[in-house]
Amino acid sequence: MASTIRVRAVASGDVTEVQALVQHPMDSGFVKDAQGNLIPPHHIEVVDFQHAGKTVFTALWGPAVAKDPYIKFNFKGGQKGDDISVSWVDNKGESDSLTAKIS
Amino acid sequence: MPKQNRPDRTRRLILQSALAGLVTGCGLAWWPKGARAADAALWPKDAFTQKTEADAIKALYGKAAEASDQVKLDAPEIAENGAVVPIAVSSALPNVTSISIMVSENPFPLAASYKIPPGTSAMVANRLKMAKTSKVVALVESDGKIYSATKEVKVTVGGCGG
Amino acid sequence: MLRVIAVLIAALFLAGARPAAAADAINPDADFKAFRDYFTKKFPNVPLNDFVNGPYSMDAGLRKQWEAIEDFPPYDFAVDRGKDMFATPFKNGKTYGDCFPNKGIGIRQDYPYFDLKTGEVITLELALNRCRETNGEASYSYVKDEMASLTAYMAFTSRGKPFDIKIPNDPRARAAYENGAKYFYSRRGQLNFSCASCHVQSAGEHIRTEVLAPALGILAAMPIYRSEWGGMGTISRRFVTCNSQVRGVPLDPQDENYRDVEYYLSYMANGLPISGPGARP
Repeated sequence: MASTIRVRAVASGDVTEVQALVQHPMDSGFVKDAQGNLIPPHHIEVVDFQHAGKTVFTALWGPAVAKDPYIKFNFKGGQKGDDISVSWVDNKGESDSLTAKIS
Repeated sequence: MPKQNRPDRTRRLILQSALAGLVTGCGLAWWPKGARAADAALWPKDAFTQKTEADAIKALYGKAAEASDQVKLDAPEIAENGAVVPIAVSSALPNVTSISIMVSENPFPLAASYKIPPGTSAMVANRLKMAKTSKVVALVESDGKIYSATKEVKVTVGGCGG
Repeated sequence: MLRVIAVLIAALFLAGARPAAAADAINPDADFKAFRDYFTKKFPNVPLNDFVNGPYSMDAGLRKQWEAIEDFPPYDFAVDRGKDMFATPFKNGKTYGDCFPNKGIGIRQDYPYFDLKTGEVITLELALNRCRETNGEASYSYVKDEMASLTAYMAFTSRGKPFDIKIPNDPRARAAYENGAKYFYSRRGQLNFSCASCHVQSAGEHIRTEVLAPALGILAAMPIYRSEWGGMGTISRRFVTCNSQVRGVPLDPQDENYRDVEYYLSYMANGLPISGPGARP
């Protein structure tokens, strides 16, 4: 069940800190391969984070986000044991999602 | 017994909790077909394809930004490697609804934009690609107005055979 | 007279040459002490165990960026994959754990070792592929992907454990160690650099934006996720690319000379903690 998403959500008081690492090539479209051909852009466009049925954070990413991208943010209202869901979609229409527990 | 210095201990603690997260994190993710939560329609293609910083800000927010010392931009003086530059933005301004980051000298200056709903802090940390030495501009939308902070980050080619 | 010799030896070491502790005698313990003293004297403010963090023990600006990345490092995926691979049996039902002491967990710091039966240096990467071959599986490329995932996982299970490399009292083992040392200090390639030119003589200095890691403990963080590679690479990958970068012809991965260099460098790191897998520029 190797997901492309790793998420770490930790509640401390009434604030939950969320960190996520996503495995994705994030090809910018500006890099050439060994044969000299441009590698077409292939990057995540939208990442959505949800808690208790509501979106708590949305990332809109362009090709300048680093490969195997990382994100950290925090929000109020999460508690230890709650679910937090992460999903992404890229410019080719590929996607992945994961639900994790806040610890 | 060799004394463990702080960074190693901190890393091990972080990794221990990461493994714990791994166990609980491999949860079932089920999305109803066609109702993907991450919606590609949200992606502001126009803003992401602008070639200048000014045009990207206009496309994204429709108005110009004013510099503010209430926008905190954390970026290195010299990037270790232009492919992975850790950059963080935070702000104490009220009612922040959006944070965006531009890398002026990139082919497309808009690197990332974040929607901040109520209850979410005005803070984001991410890792960006920088093509070369450039101004990095952080933009924060607060009460409908746009505020910015700028920092120059030097990028050169890595020396190890680059 | 002795002082003059000591000064000359120190000067030779500083010039990237290797100090001859006693003419023609292979003396790993004397080498160990000379190597360690060189680095601790050159960098008196670096705590001994911090050398395993390579360039980050040398430069505060780089360290801050590295710590941001270590917060949630990109090699995590390789560790996960390595863990899954360890849990997946071969076609014949055996697993990687069956080829190693303690099921392969927490043993990385003992590699490489000298195999007295076959008379060769066994590195972790070599042992992993031999494990596969013995169990009827095709071997993996030594430089990245699966090999990097396996060694990342094994390094991770050994985090914090001190290197414990042994040189048995056998002329072949001592010769392998010595060959590794010689290779490390020999110049090669169009640029005419030895490993020592950069990692001993110029350790801590800049080569454009990068800071040269000190040779002391340099393998402790392997395998590494290099931003430059956009992915993982093993010790084999680094030795091969290092040779190319001095415009020399690289040897094949796991060539006897590479394994001997790994043996030498790992012995020099005895007592220092495994810090791998690592993130590097």
